[in-house]
Amino acid sequence: MEISISVNGTQTGGDVAPRTLLVHYLRDNLGLTGTHVGCDTGYCGACTVIVDGRTVKSCTMLAVQADGRSIETIEGVAVGDELHPVQEGFWECHGLQCGFCTPGMIMSSIALLDNNNDPSEAEVRHGIEGNLCRCTGYHNIVRSVQYAGAKMRGEDPQGASQGVSS
Amino acid sequence: MYPANFEYVVPSSLHEALTVLSESENAKVLSGGMSLIPLMKMRLVRPTTVVDISRLPGLDTITDEGDHIAIGALVKHAETGSNALIREYATALAQAAGVTADIQVRNQGTTCGSIAHADLAADQPAAVLALGAVMVADSVRGQRQIPAADFFVDTLTSALADDEILVGIDIPKGGRSAYAKLGRRGGDSDYPIAGAAVWIQGTDGSVADARIAVTGVSSKPYLASAAAEAVIGGNGSSDAIATAASHATDDVVVLEDLYGSVEYREHLAGVYVKRALEDVLA
Repeated sequence: MEISISVNGTQTGGDVAPRTLLVHYLRDNLGLTGTHVGCDTGYCGACTVIVDGRTVKSCTMLAVQADGRSIETIEGVAVGDELHPVQEGFWECHGLQCGFCTPGMIMSSIALLDNNNDPSEAEVRHGIEGNLCRCTGYHNIVRSVQYAGAKMRGEDPQGASQGVSS
Repeated sequence: MYPANFEYVVPSSLHEALTVLSESENAKVLSGGMSLIPLMKMRLVRPTTVVDISRLPGLDTITDEGDHIAIGALVKHAETGSNALIREYATALAQAAGVTADIQVRNQGTTCGSIAHADLAADQPAAVLALGAVMVADSVRGQRQIPAADFFVDTLTSALADDEILVGIDIPKGGRSAYAKLGRRGGDSDYPIAGAAVWIQGTDGSVADARIAVTGVSSKPYLASAAAEAVIGGNGSSDAIATAASHATDDVVVLEDLYGSVEYREHLAGVYVKRALEDVLA
């Protein structure tokens, strides 16, 4: 089936089998391998992308379901060499260990902060409930998101990311 | 994991969707896909035809119909959980939708899809049972209404026929309701190990009528009628609530799995019946 999908602002498309999952369309057809396949069962959230402004798990969506829609992936969040505030937060606060869950964590965090750029620790933890970190590095992930929120609010991000209880 | 090959159909009208369903031996309806796609990837389901209804017009609304609220087939959990009408008139369903799975799933999955899937541990079935909702099933043979109490037949088995689509749910107005659960990952995340929805009608603390539904503990979500009878006619006292909780698993076979033993689930069912009752009577 012929599909046409906007990915990170670029129109993409082609003939795909209906059973092609969106994550495989992104990785195999477009070469955008930043979106990871983790559990492949819909639990871990490593494959999270933003479709029409809302996070979805791209391992549990058919590419044909995304026909005509607009998708953001991890490859589209930085502007040139300038990191997105959430990427910067993960860098500054050591929000990753092995890094496998990071692309999905960042996409969920961006969606969270787009709705609420001053989330409490509890709101951050609730906002990333659909993303699992096998390294269990949640403490620094929460700090990273709060760093990014402060940066997006124009406040001192170093101060905001301190004092998160463990 | 890939699903097996299938023919993908995007109908332009509900009638076309129903016609394809009626003419196919092994077709499945796709909307959000949060239940169907994982099943297809694990090859537990191998439909020859997938009918994608997600772009059909007019099925994505929540409307006030006077004596009831109507929820269309394509309304997603995120919308059900935040919609003002649902929060006011079907509080238990709004609460259930807000704690279903996780954010990504709530963004994609639909309330009707979850109900049609009839998972024994889903959140929504308990809410619609307690609310006395009516399921609206459509097919080329015509439309019919199925009371929630008759809808959940067994594990993953609803009263829907193979050629029917759950096109909406009607929830009668009146009364107050609440939903409470313990999720598999602690708190309210993930499927409930046990969950309870309650609905009561009455004034000034008196309980004229009540329905209590339990999910996650038996082969299907069920109405715990003995528990409801314990509070009907009373004034919502703590004694009545405790009696109701003690009858949460009367007449059902409680299942056990790696998340909880029979004894633990029996205990939890009572705890969440109590908490939901306390919430609604507060």
